[in-house]
Amino acid sequence: MKNVLKSIYTGLIFIFLYAPMVVLIILSFNKSKSRAKWGGFTIQWYVKLFHNSVVMQALINTLLIAFLSALIACIIGTIAALAMNKMGMFARSAMLGVTNIPMLNADIVTGISLMLLFLFFRFKFGFMTILLSHITFNISYVILSVMPRIKKMNPSNYEAALDLGATPVYAFFKVILPDIWPGVLSGFLMAFTMSLDDFIITHFSKGPGVDTISTKVYAQLKKGIDPEMYALSTLIFISVLALLLLINTLPAGGKKKEKAK
Amino acid sequence: MKNNKFVQFLSVPYVLWAIAFIVIPLLMVFYYGLTDGNGKFTFDNVLAITQTVHYKSLYIALILALISTVICILLAYPLALILTSLKGKNEHLIVLIFILPMWMNFLLRTLAWQTLLENDGAINYVLSFLHLPTIHIINTPVAIVFGMIYNFLPFMILPLYNVIGKIDQNVLNAARDLGANYFQSLVKITLPLSVPGIISGITMVFVPSLTTFVVSEMLGGSKILLIGNVIEQEFTQNSNWHLGSGLSIVLMIFIVISMVITAIFDKDGEGNAL
Amino acid sequence: MSKHLIDLQNISKSYGSNLVLDEMNLYIRENEFLTLLGPSGCGKTTTLRIIGGFESPDVGKVIFDGEDITRLAPNKRQLNTVFQQYALFSHMTIADNIAFGLKIKKKSKAYIDDKIKYALKLVNLEGYGSRYPDSLSGGQKQRIAIARAIVNEPKVLLLDEPLGALDLKLRQDMQYELIRLKKELGITFIYVTHDQEEALTMSDTIVVMNQGYIQQIGTPEMIYNEPENAFVADFIGDSNIISSTMIRDELVEILGVKFPCVDKDFGENKPVDVVIRPEDVEMVKIPEEITDEEIASENNPAKYGRIQGVVTHLIFKGVHYEMEVMANGFEWLVHSTSLFPIGQKVGINVDPFNIQIMNKPESEDEEAVAIEE
Repeated sequence: MKNVLKSIYTGLIFIFLYAPMVVLIILSFNKSKSRAKWGGFTIQWYVKLFHNSVVMQALINTLLIAFLSALIACIIGTIAALAMNKMGMFARSAMLGVTNIPMLNADIVTGISLMLLFLFFRFKFGFMTILLSHITFNISYVILSVMPRIKKMNPSNYEAALDLGATPVYAFFKVILPDIWPGVLSGFLMAFTMSLDDFIITHFSKGPGVDTISTKVYAQLKKGIDPEMYALSTLIFISVLALLLLINTLPAGGKKKEKAK
Repeated sequence: MKNNKFVQFLSVPYVLWAIAFIVIPLLMVFYYGLTDGNGKFTFDNVLAITQTVHYKSLYIALILALISTVICILLAYPLALILTSLKGKNEHLIVLIFILPMWMNFLLRTLAWQTLLENDGAINYVLSFLHLPTIHIINTPVAIVFGMIYNFLPFMILPLYNVIGKIDQNVLNAARDLGANYFQSLVKITLPLSVPGIISGITMVFVPSLTTFVVSEMLGGSKILLIGNVIEQEFTQNSNWHLGSGLSIVLMIFIVISMVITAIFDKDGEGNAL
Repeated sequence: MSKHLIDLQNISKSYGSNLVLDEMNLYIRENEFLTLLGPSGCGKTTTLRIIGGFESPDVGKVIFDGEDITRLAPNKRQLNTVFQQYALFSHMTIADNIAFGLKIKKKSKAYIDDKIKYALKLVNLEGYGSRYPDSLSGGQKQRIAIARAIVNEPKVLLLDEPLGALDLKLRQDMQYELIRLKKELGITFIYVTHDQEEALTMSDTIVVMNQGYIQQIGTPEMIYNEPENAFVADFIGDSNIISSTMIRDELVEILGVKFPCVDKDFGENKPVDVVIRPEDVEMVKIPEEITDEEIASENNPAKYGRIQGVVTHLIFKGVHYEMEVMANGFEWLVHSTSLFPIGQKVGINVDPFNIQIMNKPESEDEEAVAIEE
């Protein structure tokens, strides 16, 4: 009885979270351009998607910005986190405080503050300004996810490597990096996701002619969405889902031994 | 010691970056917010919040964000309990499935709700098919709350799940052992121990709800202005950066207040469960 | 003997394909200090959790005071547990921790205050009531965990490796403390540990377990002096376990040499395991110039020992010396207060009373029979 209730509850939330996905998937096969009525089944939007240079360019921009900003944020953020770990109490809390700002502050305020900066220093609004903005908030996520790993790291490991004759650079790549790697990796994934899903900050730091998927959809809101967008989002959804299932079915071993006793 | 100095030196790139892209931009918001078009110091832009339009938009945003946050806690807590009680090997997969919607474009997800909630939308079609009364919530505050809950619920589920999952099973067993039934151990043990997760979830839901302009624009039908919409319009339509910045300062004050309040409840200062 | 308070009848439990308990039967008498002893994974903690109600057995019954409580929820059982790692409620003060069970039972405030005071005094932590668990040391936390359990006046206290997280000195102090508490409270203790010394020090009864089976039940003296099989002998203290042959009653052949012993009824020419504790091995020095032929011809066990060997290792252990002696292809472990230097030629003797004969484990036994026929 209790388990039935649990399943029903979980199911309802599941439906709530996934209903929009179903809608988008259905719309991607809708012959009619209107969202309100069903005009018959078609796959034409999937075909057109690959010939729609505007949408494809937005997709490329989105992925490129997500990848580059996550990568650069990982490099800067990891090095910064290592350095912060060695700082005194005051300097470290000051830096952590500043690092927390983009995460705790409203996206809209972060967005306009960057917009004011770019305006003031006469930046040309475009791909670069979006990238700079994304790197900025992504560094915070990277530091957040790397920091606990660094704190758990045994400082003697690095010293032991030096003691055994390693150069600091060699010790970094052979001892420190492998130790904090899971944190760096999850930081990268988090940063990539945040960048991919961001609209508000991009909205304020983008220039005319450069679009990500988010800003493209926003621009199309008033005049009607290209159904290719539905096709695109369906494809993204399916591939992420497939990837997730794949990752989860692969590492089967390792965890089983805990249960004894 | 020398080595430490060198390592600290490595922070220079990030320090410069943070100054250039976090600190200076924020100072510029304050600069614009506290000056007029001629660069003279003024409080007018901040005090503009007392104008009815602005005051109302902030008030509505606060109320809707509060309602959304409370509903998110009520929805997410039982779910987090259920998810942590799954001890099978699929546990992580199931959690990921609840997080997966975050990977779908935020605007498209909200747009889909527009399609579902519309007066002649899918939900009403099903309702009328079942001879149930139809709902008319699109372009009302209810729809906005709906959208907020939908978009930010995963941010509540995740920290709660993390915190509850970390509670030592033996501590719960001890409560049972000492005579507490399931409900008593939930109220006296699980709930107090999950406060850091609740706090974390509140900040992650309340702030974006309070400051959003997209959800209200898409589901509120541009009839209902939240403070986020007002600020956005000042920047993109009216190009009044001074007023926009001034209102942003007010917004930040409310964010800080909300954080102080949650920090008071979080006695142990162990927030950030994520 | 006093009556059975808890009866475990035919209990089996498995996790997936892993059988943790196999048809276990055990009774626990009122007022005894019973210890479940064994290596990790032997099923001792599972047994305790089944008694506490945190696991239910796949098969079998738990009878408590004549009542079947197999499916009874833990909060309805008249017993309390002291958990591994204490499991204190970190968000409550010490006093609130102790009061937890009493508040649930809706006792009066005066009664609860009284009980808190009494319990804190009992565990020597008066005045700690308003502190939080995180400010206590490991030993103090352990005392609070015990106080929290006993204020509920359980008939049985279950203790799951309660001293495992403490350092050696503190562990020894707490052992005495627990014995004192047990006497003052006059209730049944069921204690789980993998530490044989702890078990020997505190228990009235020890249950040695391995791989889901009970290996032996008995008093500490019985378990130590008369282990029933090689596992028990090996697990309880150091010992020399030697595969031997029972020639006939009261005579056993160890490493090719006949030793008189006191055991009977094993049959003739039967393969057995012999256990000899290291402190029971007696040694005599044999001067270097004496040859093997002389020893053999003289045939005087008192002078040259029954088996001759050479000391290979020597460690000073404080009270005694620990030595290893190579003799007839077996490395004997010997404890002695006198020193025999490395390289010393020695003769080994064992008093017949100190030779413990055990049946071989069943499967090997059958094998041996098969070969004979």
